[in-house]
Amino acid sequence: MKWTLVAAIVIATVLGDLLQSHEMKRAGEQSVSARGFARLLHVIAKRRLLILGIACNAVSFFAFMALVQTEPLSFAVPASSASFVLETLLAKFVLHERIGPRRAVGALAVLAGVVLLGG
Amino acid sequence: MKNLTRSSGAVFKTYIVLVFFLALKAAGNSSMAWGMKQVPERMAMNPALYLRAMLNPFVALGIAALILALLTRMALLSLADLSFVLPVTALGYVVAVVIGKAALGEAVTVQRWLGTALIFAGAILVGSTSRNTTPIESRAALEDPK
Repeated sequence: MKWTLVAAIVIATVLGDLLQSHEMKRAGEQSVSARGFARLLHVIAKRRLLILGIACNAVSFFAFMALVQTEPLSFAVPASSASFVLETLLAKFVLHERIGPRRAVGALAVLAGVVLLGG
Repeated sequence: MKNLTRSSGAVFKTYIVLVFFLALKAAGNSSMAWGMKQVPERMAMNPALYLRAMLNPFVALGIAALILALLTRMALLSLADLSFVLPVTALGYVVAVVIGKAALGEAVTVQRWLGTALIFAGAILVGSTSRNTTPIESRAALEDPK
């Protein structure tokens, strides 16, 4: 059961973030003023894939809640950080982002930090 | 020249939006955690209990802040790569450890400080890379016609 939940968290997180990143790249630069948020809501209402991305977030949120009810955080946090690796790889190959050595090393340091934090 | 000013302005904006996101996330999580401690029932698979919990003002405030945080993260994704946003938003873990230590007096082990330092260093390293590397041509191709 716990690995089913971990898989659900990882898949939903990866899918949700990829969809949101893909859609937000297309939507153009947004801001966080009151008017910016209103425009952002308008963008969300128009883009089905973005809504699907947010739904994925919700799935991963509730799956995480269910996981931490039975498993300790020291298992849940590092296990779900597997999404981090997958997302960075897919950002390169699906979203065509350029990941140079500095970004790759930084991302690995963050990943190691998250695992240590949970352990 | 005009392009240069515009792009450095956008870089600055990216960091502002990042700080705003981290603040909303920390405030939202703290408020929700505080409120949930006052809710007597244990959460289970019963949706009615979640709705009841939302009547607690701290929980409601926390949820509102977390919804704003979600929108702010989407604005951040419009400004920067996913492979940029993921490591730099991990700074939230650092904020959580520091708040836990400073405000709640939680004990922080050496291993956790080490993890926190690694996240901080990695986020700074990633934060110093170009925020948006999606090729211009493919961005233009992605642009909606209209």
